[in-house]
Amino acid sequence: MAVRARVTVPASAPAGSVVEVRTLIAHAMESGLRVDGDGRRVPQDLIRRFTCHLDQELLFSADLHAAIAANPFLSFSWVARRSGTLRFTWSGDRGFAHTETVVFTVS
Amino acid sequence: MKRRSAAAAVCAAVLAVSASAEPPRSGRALLSPALQAMQEDDSQNPGLLWVADGEAAWSLAEPPSRACADCHPRGQWVGVAARYPAFDAPLQRPVNLQQRINLCRQRHQGRPPWPPEQRELLALEAFIARASRGLPVAPPQDPRLAPFRLRGAATYRQRFGQLDLSCAHCHDRHVGARLGGSPLPPATSGAYPVYRLEWQSLGGLQRRLRACLTGVRAEPWPYGAIELVELELYLAQRSAGLPMEAPGVRP
Repeated sequence: MAVRARVTVPASAPAGSVVEVRTLIAHAMESGLRVDGDGRRVPQDLIRRFTCHLDQELLFSADLHAAIAANPFLSFSWVARRSGTLRFTWSGDRGFAHTETVVFTVS
Repeated sequence: MKRRSAAAAVCAAVLAVSASAEPPRSGRALLSPALQAMQEDDSQNPGLLWVADGEAAWSLAEPPSRACADCHPRGQWVGVAARYPAFDAPLQRPVNLQQRINLCRQRHQGRPPWPPEQRELLALEAFIARASRGLPVAPPQDPRLAPFRLRGAATYRQRFGQLDLSCAHCHDRHVGARLGGSPLPPATSGAYPVYRLEWQSLGGLQRRLRACLTGVRAEPWPYGAIELVELELYLAQRSAGLPMEAPGVRP
C-alpha cells in the first residue's frame, strides 16, 4: 500500500502572520526492541528525519528516534513572509522516503 | 439450550428496565480534552490515514473484479455503518461490517476474503464508517436479529475467565473508574473502528472485545465467532441514538 501522509496548512495567509503546519504520516516506527509471536526480534524500522522547505529555505527539521510512537504527528509554526512551494520530506530506514508538496501564498 | 434461552429472557427483562433508566453515553465524554480534540480534528486523528486508504481502495478495480464504486456509487453508503451488525440472509446469521465487506468481496468480486483486522479491510471499514459520522447509531429492528441480540445481552452479563468478571462488572458498575490509567468507558460501539494509542493502530470492535476477554484471563473467541457478533449486536442496541464517531481515538 502506498505511503499515506496528511499535511494541514492554510493555502494562503496574510504577510507577517503566524502559520501553523500539521503533518501526519503512516509509519510503524518499529523500535527494534519488540519480539514477534515466534520470539524473533522485529528489526528496527524508523523514520529518521523530517524536513520542511519553503522553496530552498529550510523552515523546520526534526530528528526522530526509537521512542516516538507509530504514525508520527509533527506540528510547527513559522511567520509567513513570502509565497512559495512547501516541500515536506520524511526519510528513514530501509530507504524510506516520502515527499508532499503544498503551494502556499502570502496574501 | 432451554435453560440458556430462559436465562436470556430474564436478562433481557432486567436490561429493558436498566436501559430505559439511563440515557446512552459515549466513552468520548471520559477522554481527556487533548484526546477529544485529537478525535475531532481531522488534521490530528490518525484514523484518517486509514480512511484515505479506504477511499482509494473503494474506487480501485482489480481486474477482472469490479471496484466497490461500480456497485455502490458515492453517497450511497452514508448511514450504512450505523446499521451494522445486520442480518445476512444466505448465512442466516448477523454479520458485522468487516464481515460484510469480506462477503461482498467473495460474492461479487470473486476475491479471497482478507484476514480479520488486515490493514486493507480496516481501511475500507473506516472509510464506510466515517461516512456515517454524526448520524445516530440505528440498529435494525429486524425480528430475525432478536434472538442473537438476546444472546449477546446474556453474554454481556456472563462471568468469564480466571478473574470471573462479566462485561457488566466493569462497564456498567464502574464506568468512569480507572483501569490501568485509562477511564472505564460505558460499553458503546459508535466510535469503532478506533485508533487506540496503546495499539498504535486502528482496530475493530472484535479486537477490543477479544482484548477485554484476555484481560479477564478468559480464552477469547476467534475473530468472526457468532458470540462476538452477538455481543456487537447488543452493544449497538445500547448505543442506539448516540452519534457515530468513527474513526474514534481512545487511550
